Amino acid sequence: MIRFILLQNRQGKTRLAKYYVPLEESEKHKVEYEVHRLVVNRDAKFTNFVEFRTHKVIYRRYAGLFFSVCVDITDNELAYLECIHLFVEILDHFFSNVCELDLVFNFHKVYLILDEFILAGELQETSKRAIIERMSELEKLE
Amino acid sequence: MASSNSLMDSLFQRSLEDLIKGLRLGESTFVSKSLDEIRREIKLTDPSTKSVALQKLSYLAALHGVDMAWAAFHAVEVVSSSRFAHKRIGYHAIAQSFSDQTPVLLLITNQLRKDLSSSNEHEVSLALECLARIGTDDLARDLTSEVFTLLGSSKALVRKKAIGVVLRVFDKYPDAVKVCFKRLVENLESSDPQILSAVVGVFCELTSKDPRSYLPLAPEFYKILVDSRNNWVLIKILKIFAKLASIEPRLAKKVADPVCEHMRKNNVGKSLLFECIRTVFSSLSDQETALKLAVAKIKEFLVDDDPNLKYLGLHALSIVAPKHLWAVLENKEAVVKAMSDEDPNVKLEALHLLMAMVNEDNVTEISRILMNYALKSDPLFCNEIIGSILVACSRNSYEIIVDFDWYLSLLGEMARVPHCQRGKEIEHQLVDIGTRVKDARLELVRVSRALLIDPALLGNQFLHHILSAAAWASGEYVEFSKSPYEIAEALLQPCTCLLPPSIRAIYIHSAFKVLVFSVGAYFSAQEPTSSLLAQESTSSGSSVVNGFTYDSISSLVSMIELGLCSLSGTIDVEVQERTKNVLGFIGMIKHEIAEKPTSQDSETEAHRAMAFMEDVFSEELGPVSSTAQEKVPLPKGLELTENLEDLQEICREVLEPVAESNSSSFHTSDKVSFSVAKLTIRDQEEASSSLPPPPESASLLAEHRKRHGLYYLSSQKSDNHNDGDGNDNNTSNEYPPANEISVDSFKPKKKISKPRPVVVKLDEGDDPKTKPDASSSNDEPLSRAIQTALMGKGKGKESVKDNHDINVDTENIGQSSRREKKKKKNGERSSKRSSRRRRDQEASVTKPVEVPDLLL
Repeated sequence: MIRFILLQNRQGKTRLAKYYVPLEESEKHKVEYEVHRLVVNRDAKFTNFVEFRTHKVIYRRYAGLFFSVCVDITDNELAYLECIHLFVEILDHFFSNVCELDLVFNFHKVYLILDEFILAGELQETSKRAIIERMSELEKLE
Repeated sequence: MASSNSLMDSLFQRSLEDLIKGLRLGESTFVSKSLDEIRREIKLTDPSTKSVALQKLSYLAALHGVDMAWAAFHAVEVVSSSRFAHKRIGYHAIAQSFSDQTPVLLLITNQLRKDLSSSNEHEVSLALECLARIGTDDLARDLTSEVFTLLGSSKALVRKKAIGVVLRVFDKYPDAVKVCFKRLVENLESSDPQILSAVVGVFCELTSKDPRSYLPLAPEFYKILVDSRNNWVLIKILKIFAKLASIEPRLAKKVADPVCEHMRKNNVGKSLLFECIRTVFSSLSDQETALKLAVAKIKEFLVDDDPNLKYLGLHALSIVAPKHLWAVLENKEAVVKAMSDEDPNVKLEALHLLMAMVNEDNVTEISRILMNYALKSDPLFCNEIIGSILVACSRNSYEIIVDFDWYLSLLGEMARVPHCQRGKEIEHQLVDIGTRVKDARLELVRVSRALLIDPALLGNQFLHHILSAAAWASGEYVEFSKSPYEIAEALLQPCTCLLPPSIRAIYIHSAFKVLVFSVGAYFSAQEPTSSLLAQESTSSGSSVVNGFTYDSISSLVSMIELGLCSLSGTIDVEVQERTKNVLGFIGMIKHEIAEKPTSQDSETEAHRAMAFMEDVFSEELGPVSSTAQEKVPLPKGLELTENLEDLQEICREVLEPVAESNSSSFHTSDKVSFSVAKLTIRDQEEASSSLPPPPESASLLAEHRKRHGLYYLSSQKSDNHNDGDGNDNNTSNEYPPANEISVDSFKPKKKISKPRPVVVKLDEGDDPKTKPDASSSNDEPLSRAIQTALMGKGKGKESVKDNHDINVDTENIGQSSRREKKKKKNGERSSKRSSRRRRDQEASVTKPVEVPDLLL
């Protein structure tokens, strides 16, 4: 089960935070700070998985953004790495060569995509095509 | 005025984009200004304005930590709008900010219900997502029927989301199982891979909490395992089977084949391959073919360049290491190579694997390699290495150590590693080995001497604990040392002022023991009639101790006196106390040494004092079992639990200052006979006679408490606590009287083949007592509900599949009791609480679950 997803840049600013477990505001800040510290110092040659409290964080860096996903200890790391990549691909397709600024100005759309992709901490849609179709439908409704 | 204001606000409302742009300009008060704007805007009636305001607020809350709980009601308002865009914003805000405590939570129940039953699938999905995030017990209960309908919806999208929500609903409202479970299981047979993936995901979560309840569904899962081509689905199914197979071994056999099939495929995804390997290692490790195949595949992982794969390979090996060490040994070179990798995660895994490989034969070699690594590594990893060596070697009372001399010198070496921070553990082991292994005491003293003599070590605060152990050992086993004078000198060297007072006290006390030993040897060597005695004393100590001439002894005494006189005025009470003890003793015997030994009178005061002191230190300290305290029988008439609160009130002013002097355990004034056994009996008498004191004699009480301070019970310690002279802080605090441990503490372990020194083991285990896992009472109603649902289903399925032999795997429970339990379950379904206690008892007995026989 996914516990939370964070998108942070190198300076530590959170661009997207979605929590699938209940946490207090102060807890959320602490978590974001700790996760940032954890991943920003790691070399590119190191593994993409780190232990975080009693869970695991699987992260990947794309340009200046760190995509971090916190999962249970028993989850399959490689699968979630794929999942992050899938998410990035979808964002890329949706925003046409996405950059950090796109995410900043369209944060509600990013949330929408994320909600199509993951529900209640579980991956629910793995087909890129399906999600993009859905998103275009939703856009038409606006 | 107000209306025109609101018009202005509506027309000129800042959109979200403007807000973001404004934020990026970096004005510090911008956030608070916008917040005020938002507060105004959100109260307006125009829905568009409201929703934009809410959107801005959500943004600020998500990324800038602004609290948005106050806008809960407005979020409800926005959600009730009919425009989809507004609904979306509203639901998003709700999902982000509502929690179990939000007061307006009830208001959205109806709205959710409306949206869930809506024909517009997008509205439905919005509502489902919201429910998934914030579902409470009430919401789950109220909306179960809607979710049930949706589970059978024709639109795949909706069905998929409903399945996702089901997990949360079950969690909050277990009775929903009765309604929804059947549909959920039906979805397992769906052909749409996305739905399948969702269902399997739900079952994966459910199984990890309570595998036994889902065993009846194994055939369906098996079908999916064999047929599906979707990696995500397969990974989840494998996880389910990992849990199921660990409780049902026959499943393991059946599942092994498909798993091998997947592993053998040519371009299988690495994630799936890894999951197969992990499943094999954790639950199917009894299946030979599967295991061998998995180990072969792991080799590929280990030699891959990708650090992720290397790490995962090591991780998988550590799962299988306990049962199948050969797999690890085959890959030894890869593991050793990984030790010098740059990534700390990889290094750590490699270290754990190396420690798993350690056994009697290779412990010296591996420790040598590891110590080399430790010296070259950063402090964190260095301490990890040292820590793991210590743990592995001390397991089960030093099971793998054959050569204790080598191990003790290793411990000494560890003390000299620059980054070593494991002082406490090393201290504990030094003392432990000293008390348990008689034959190693010579080496222990040698190692301790080396540590004590070096003045450079005194400055390193991490080593203080080790030094205190060294000091204790040198004092306690001084008969093994070559030169007591050197030891005493080292114990009293000027640099010891760098030590904290508690350790300094230990040093002084050890010097005392050295002094007593030396003078005793000197005195007994003097007496010509007791030459026999002298021979005995020199033969029992295995080291050369004769040759205490007058010169040497007097120089020893004067050196000690010199070293200690400066301390007799120190601030610390403990140090001062001990110093005065030693000096007092020296004062008593000094003149005896000064005279030439002409007087044959062995009855001089000095000789008697000497005899007393030797008596004190002659009692051998043994290891103390952690359960020893409980074994001490309580004497009759001793009231341990009587409430002494009245005392507290009466003597409050007096008791506080007295409590602080509890640390001093030595009475300078009384030269009382110190047999520890006698002391405990005495203090029990006194304890019983001193309770309860008459209220008027507060001063008497104070004095009594001062004299026998330790006998006033605190909650942890019990009656027998005057430590007497021989102990200090190193040994365990719970020290039952000597005549009680002598029986069970000396159980020598006979080693057959090699001459391994005897290690005293006590009747405790080394592992801490693990509490039995309490089954979480939260899952009880859920698993019960699921089981009843499945049993009801099982009977239906029976008629359909005719070659299904319903096999009861728990033969040990009789048929009648099983039926009885079933009846009980059906009857208990209504009342949750009263049955919960009985369920806990039942939980300990294996539940009779019908497992369809897959072997047919």
